[in-house]
Amino acid sequence: MMQKVFSKPQALKDCPTHYCPGCGHGIAHRLIAETIDELGIRGRTIGIAPVGCAVLAYDYFDVDMVEVAHGRAPAVATGMKRTNPDKIIFSYQGDGDLAAIGTGEIIHAAHRGEQITVIFINNAVFGMTGGQMAPTTILNQVTTTTPLGRDASKQGYPLQVSELLTLLPGTIYIERCSLHKPALIRNAKKAIKHAFELQLNNAPGLSLVELLSPCPTYWRMTPVKAIEWMENEMTKVFPLGRLKG
Amino acid sequence: MNERILMCGNEALAEAAIIAGLDAYFGYPITPQNEVPEYMSKRMPEEGRVFLQSESELASINMVFGAAATGKRVMTSSSSPGISLMQEGISYLAGAELPAVIVNVMRGGPGLGNIAPSQGDYFQATRGGGHGDYRTIVLAPSSVQELVDCMPLAFDLADQYRTPVLVLADGILGQMMEPVVFNKKPRRKLPPKDWALTGADNRKQNIVRSLWLKEGVVEQHNYDLQAVYKEIEKNEILCEQYEVDDAEIVVVAYGIAARIVRGAVNKARQEGIKVGWIRPITLWPFPTEQINKAADNFKIFLTVELSCGQMVEDVKLAVAGKAPVVFYGRAGGGVPTVEQVLEKIRQLTLRPENII
Repeated sequence: MMQKVFSKPQALKDCPTHYCPGCGHGIAHRLIAETIDELGIRGRTIGIAPVGCAVLAYDYFDVDMVEVAHGRAPAVATGMKRTNPDKIIFSYQGDGDLAAIGTGEIIHAAHRGEQITVIFINNAVFGMTGGQMAPTTILNQVTTTTPLGRDASKQGYPLQVSELLTLLPGTIYIERCSLHKPALIRNAKKAIKHAFELQLNNAPGLSLVELLSPCPTYWRMTPVKAIEWMENEMTKVFPLGRLKG
Repeated sequence: MNERILMCGNEALAEAAIIAGLDAYFGYPITPQNEVPEYMSKRMPEEGRVFLQSESELASINMVFGAAATGKRVMTSSSSPGISLMQEGISYLAGAELPAVIVNVMRGGPGLGNIAPSQGDYFQATRGGGHGDYRTIVLAPSSVQELVDCMPLAFDLADQYRTPVLVLADGILGQMMEPVVFNKKPRRKLPPKDWALTGADNRKQNIVRSLWLKEGVVEQHNYDLQAVYKEIEKNEILCEQYEVDDAEIVVVAYGIAARIVRGAVNKARQEGIKVGWIRPITLWPFPTEQINKAADNFKIFLTVELSCGQMVEDVKLAVAGKAPVVFYGRAGGGVPTVEQVLEKIRQLTLRPENII
């Protein structure tokens, strides 16, 4: 008799995504869905989709989900968790959403120690709107709004939000992982699962996992080149590892 | 609590919301409504419910959005500049069809304005306020008792029609103390919140959203919302009329302005002037038909507001050219006196040359 040894997570729908070839969102979705399955929490999980490429995440996750205004996910998550302390609330936010327009919301949710899990996708660019500069765009990186490359004297330096958040007593776990190598993806899975477990165990504070994620389309690279760029450039600005907790 | 208690409007509306089954309050301090969050911060934990002071009105309204999406009874309160910041969230609430109650204790504007009473946010409240084709129900009480009675109604309307509901008060109503009774009236029969996000436990996934990229879907969504708005217009208009039948002059005013108008009308009647008044309690839906009917016999309409003239546009639309519509108001925190309104009424008896 044939034995099934591998399958799609139950928390993920059986459908193609709209993500570009070489994009990291699909991998990140899968890691979260596997975690939800393994922890057996599909029936008590509520996910929050951002504004950005992952705005349609509810078309892929098979859990209760809400789509919210740009950057406001940590405030929405606060409203949900405070009124439903038994539910598992996660927000899924890109770098424009979390580190630009939603800076106030993430800092204060972290500051209050909201017991939520934040998955922060950092691909150093605004994807959905066509490749404009993000707060996380690295120096000299060319985007559609930094045609000559990001210049610190004009556009400032790349914002290291995760490091910033480690300073707040309300955060209990912050780790930066990357999705550009199988070994790193396995590590990212461990980090995501740990972040969900903390919430499941009512750990007193906010947990955040930053995932460096390739965007070959708006980096104007092949998927292979994009992975090389992450290894050689991006991880230098955003060093991997457990930052807190 | 059936005895009469002396309370200021802000505290009274907070207690009324708690009695109406409020699960969570999220808010940010701004004058002249600070008694609301202060009262909530004490009373909500006593009831085992949620109070949270947010970092901004943007956060408040999105916390409201989050709690509403899980099916909870939830509200926020603020004053004019804070309500402007909430417009993004109110538009999303309308788009996602989420019930919530937003109290605006209006102050003088534009900009930071001042902290004095005003009715300058009428346009913002009755025209949707944020982006997109939507309306919100707007309740405009004119006494602390009516403010108390508005709160359970606001929550029921929000739940019944799955829409944000605004309670439009002003600095006087929020601050002044009047005796109130907290009536526990029977509630409406409300539809189950089977759309709420509670975790997909042995059921299909629920999604709360306001984005549909497929061609024609948002167009249809708009028509569906409009159908709800038509239902609201059909069922939920509230207004009060006083001595309109024999009146030659009809004064239209809402909220605290109507209290001043009542004094002026009573004095004018004593002087033998045939004057009555119409007081819209719902500003949207607006009592268009009631006003239009009152205009059948030729009368002069005088609209009195604490603004430079906003509701007067709706009165003109309602009167539809059948009769002259005159405006009198003071703005930016100015409050007309009974004597000023009375003088305006007296002038109108010398029609038509004094009609502008």
